[in-house]
Amino acid sequence: MPDEDKITELSQTIETAVAGANSLGELDEVRVAALGKKGSVSAMLATLGKMSQDERKIAGPKINGLKKSISALIDVRLAELKTEELAKRLASEKIDVTLPLPAAPVSRGRIHPISQVIDEITAIFSDMGFSIAEGPDIETDYYNFTALNFPKGHPAREMHDTFFFNPDENGERKVLRTHTSPVQIRTMETQEPPIRIVIPGRTYRCDSDQTHTPMFHQVEGLVIDKSSHIGQLRWVLEEFLKAFFEVDNVVTRFRPHFFPFTEPSMEVDVQCDRSGSEVKIGQGNDWMEILGCGMVHPNVLRMSGLDPEVYQGFAWGIGIDRLAMLKYGMPDLRAFFDADQRWLDHYGFRPLDIPTLFGGLSS
Amino acid sequence: MKFTIEWLKDHLDTDASVEQIVDTLTMTGTEVEAVEDGAKKLKDFIVCEVISAEKHPNADRLRVCMVNTGSGDPVKVVCGAPNAKTGMKGVFAAAGTYIPGTDFTLQKGKIRGEESNGMLCSERELLISNEHDGIIELPADAPVGQKYVDYANINDVLIEVEITPNRGDCVGIFGIARELAAAGIGKIKENTIKPSPSSGPSPIAPLEQRFLPDEPKTIRKFAARVFTNINNGPSPDWMQKRLLDVGLRPINSIVDITNFISLGWGRPLHAYDMDKLTGAPYLRNAKEGEEFLALDGKLHKLDNTMCVIADDSGAICLGGIMGGQATGVDGETTSVLLECASWDPLLIAKTGRKTGIVSDARYRLERSVDPALTISSMERATAMILEICGGEVYETAISGEDEAPDIVIDFPLSEVKRLTGLRIGDAEIKAALTLLGFWVSGPAKVVKVAVPSWRTDISIKADLVEEVMRIVGVDRVPVEPLPALSGVAQKTLIPIQNRRRIARRTLGANGMHEAVTWSFISKKQAQMFGGGTAELALANPISAELSDMRPSLLPGLLAASLRNANRSYSDLALFEVGQVFSSDMPEGQRTFASAIRSGSAGFNGAGRHWRSKEKKVDVFDAKADMAAVLSALGFDMDKAQLLDQSADWAHPGRGGRVQLGPKNILGWFGEIHPSILADLDISFPVVGFEIDLDALPRPKTKSSRTKPALKMSDLMPLKRDFAFIVDRDVLAGKLAKAAASANKNLISDVNIFDVFEGANLGENKKSIGLEVTIQPKENTLTDEEIENISISIIKSVEKASGGVLRS
Repeated sequence: MPDEDKITELSQTIETAVAGANSLGELDEVRVAALGKKGSVSAMLATLGKMSQDERKIAGPKINGLKKSISALIDVRLAELKTEELAKRLASEKIDVTLPLPAAPVSRGRIHPISQVIDEITAIFSDMGFSIAEGPDIETDYYNFTALNFPKGHPAREMHDTFFFNPDENGERKVLRTHTSPVQIRTMETQEPPIRIVIPGRTYRCDSDQTHTPMFHQVEGLVIDKSSHIGQLRWVLEEFLKAFFEVDNVVTRFRPHFFPFTEPSMEVDVQCDRSGSEVKIGQGNDWMEILGCGMVHPNVLRMSGLDPEVYQGFAWGIGIDRLAMLKYGMPDLRAFFDADQRWLDHYGFRPLDIPTLFGGLSS
Repeated sequence: MKFTIEWLKDHLDTDASVEQIVDTLTMTGTEVEAVEDGAKKLKDFIVCEVISAEKHPNADRLRVCMVNTGSGDPVKVVCGAPNAKTGMKGVFAAAGTYIPGTDFTLQKGKIRGEESNGMLCSERELLISNEHDGIIELPADAPVGQKYVDYANINDVLIEVEITPNRGDCVGIFGIARELAAAGIGKIKENTIKPSPSSGPSPIAPLEQRFLPDEPKTIRKFAARVFTNINNGPSPDWMQKRLLDVGLRPINSIVDITNFISLGWGRPLHAYDMDKLTGAPYLRNAKEGEEFLALDGKLHKLDNTMCVIADDSGAICLGGIMGGQATGVDGETTSVLLECASWDPLLIAKTGRKTGIVSDARYRLERSVDPALTISSMERATAMILEICGGEVYETAISGEDEAPDIVIDFPLSEVKRLTGLRIGDAEIKAALTLLGFWVSGPAKVVKVAVPSWRTDISIKADLVEEVMRIVGVDRVPVEPLPALSGVAQKTLIPIQNRRRIARRTLGANGMHEAVTWSFISKKQAQMFGGGTAELALANPISAELSDMRPSLLPGLLAASLRNANRSYSDLALFEVGQVFSSDMPEGQRTFASAIRSGSAGFNGAGRHWRSKEKKVDVFDAKADMAAVLSALGFDMDKAQLLDQSADWAHPGRGGRVQLGPKNILGWFGEIHPSILADLDISFPVVGFEIDLDALPRPKTKSSRTKPALKMSDLMPLKRDFAFIVDRDVLAGKLAKAAASANKNLISDVNIFDVFEGANLGENKKSIGLEVTIQPKENTLTDEEIENISISIIKSVEKASGGVLRS
């Protein structure tokens, strides 16, 4: 039977070994040496079998107690070593997270201001019950001029600086549409009133300077029914301008003017502040011409197959590029069509900034 | 058109301020382009006294003057005027003053060795008359040091207005006055003219009209009147001042009188020197290519649509546009033939455009001028000529006729409310029309409105509505909401518009920049991309670079990439969604979504980076972009036919075509053909794609939005790898398709995980590795079943590809 001293001695030896184990491997060696099949504690436990009952009664609890305390000791040390080991690993795994990443594709891409503004316009007019219509860029003289009540040879035609194609075998020459108004005719010819459409699109005039390019964009509006009038035209345009420029109030000035395809015709000025480097809509004391509009001319209705005694309505046209310049401050129209990456980066829009009324037109 | 407030007041009795006049013009439809304060222009000129005027030591004609300007020391001025003398009062301009009459800013300087620090001014230098023979001499009591504008009471304001093409009645100052009077700004000063007694019948016959039957005839009515024994000296000061005020230089009495009437009443006249005519004048159309030396000193080429006044020497006037130099009046002229003619405004406009001549006559006559003005203006001119130039006048010889049509409109007064929403009483409507010179008759709700001769632009009810609205004021139209057509807005975009939007946002999200490039490109570029046909070439392009409608968006994008590269940005991902043209018919215009990537601008970004090496773009970048757009639009590129056939713009071995059938091509992708890059001077790799957004079939209209039920198997899918050795030119897609078709029920996916070529495979051979996913449906598969599927995959692939399973 092992005496008290022997147990104590073994206990001390193992305790020292556990404390001295400095890695999980060393600790495991200590565990095997003590508690393994051939371990020192196991060997001592094995002696219990050869003891008498009385001896076992005394020695049993002592040796088992030794085993328990050694086990507990090893567990504590194991936990300590694991913590240390993890800390060591973590320390060795540190990486430099300040290293830059390339921008994600969705953060690099840009939508052109013209597309963005068309989407803004679409959002606003959709809410007012308008559909978006469109028509061809290459037009006949009939749709671009005659059906819009421009008499042949009239100086008003010349004001348009038209691009022509060469005459065909019948002497007819097509034109690049000088405005989006031909789509009014095409729509009235095919669609029964009530009509509420807006027509964004490319238009062309042979002109080029800081504010004129041979190609530009217009949005045309047309309302045809049996009752719409200038009071409603004023409402539509004022509501549009407020929503588009995202201001609480827009002061407009409707001036009588002349367009062949409307009667009465008007130009619209908005009140603005031009004192600074940019134009501010909705404040100030200056006026800026922004669009032309009027009641659709009876001749235009008639040529589109509608009886002007029954149907009536109004139309307007605005420059999209000009709207974009006013809202977002680009100084030069020509740059819109240059595809300079720096310009697109600066004035372009993030691809997921989709203009909506519920989320706001611009972020 | 320009006029001064003073000149306006010759026709209008008003106390209105300049601001009121400008506002009223603006709000009644005459756009005011500029308002120039005459006093401002002359504000720096000062009343001065010449203390001494001594002969210049080095020049006989110059004097050295000491000038008292009222403040500071006397200023030394060298003056060339013969009337500069000691003690006189004059007008002084200090160095730094802008001199309007000579259009320069005065500088200090030395003249023949003598210092000169200012100027004594003539009337012409101040633009107050044409006088330049000497400096201004003011009365002795003129206060030295006072501003000249205050002393001379110069406070006139010059207004420039834009007259729209329909308002021939507003091209004279009288017409402007008439507008203002109708709008309640003052009263018109009637200035009727009594016919002057003539000395006998016209010495010339009415001008013969020699036109061929089918020729365009510009002339309507030609009135000609002969004056003899006149004295054509300078016109009176008041008339010179009127003309100078609006920027017209006085010439001689006859010319000034015609200009005065043209500007004052909007009725151009022209005068010929009778003694310079050769034979009897007559009217005809010009001969094709006939040359004509006009008063602008230029030789103009005419054609047979233009009307000229001719005599035996040839054309002496381009009718309604400009007179000729050979027969113009001058200071020596004693006999004059005065013309006052009315013309077809559209033909005048055409002649004006063709010749490019910009004249006061054209500006007025290409608008419709009141036909009633022809004879009355002739009488007005006659009275002025007789008064200013003396001599005798003969009866007017008239050729042709031009009667104002008697237009009477049946006008329901309710039209005003119907078209404008204005709620005003009948009396106010009638009053507005009456103020504008219309005759309104009848007590009923539908009145008769007679149009005055000067309002050739008014013919229908809507015209009258505009007249009423602009006189009562557009701001009185109440703003009224447009009634809603439905509760919640309907879908407003048609499919192609939606596709454009989606394509844009997808390509943007793929890291690309959207470009908007010209719809027209150079002929060379158009031809490179399959366009450049005659029907799509502009007849009047703005430049040779922008001459032909684009057949593709790629040339514009490539040109943009080169421009950017020249600014050292050659790694570029650009796209455009826009129209391309294959014919001049509406259906020849289609919407494409096209893009390029250049340099190293791949999906993950351009340039070098610490995580990956710089990688040049290749055909698969373009293919991935194209697939992304198709997928965003609801089309799985893998389910379409993908052919290894390049577009003409692409490298023949590195491009593909996506189609639904041979006649339904959705688009192409590829590396841009090296010879196109070379032609465009592009030295970096570029890949691209184009999708014909119109070619995508419309989605089927569904009866229900419900998606089909989702079947998810609880059984584990299993994967098997196969590698085949095939000829190098066998397409991988073929293998994948063959594998998938081996058991359509159970094979859910085929993935190509490996492609390689190596010498050990044999010449022109490659190995393709397929990972096939088998998804059991009902029960787990037995080993035998799996083995059978594997065998059928191998058979199917070997048969389709002519290859063998790699062992």
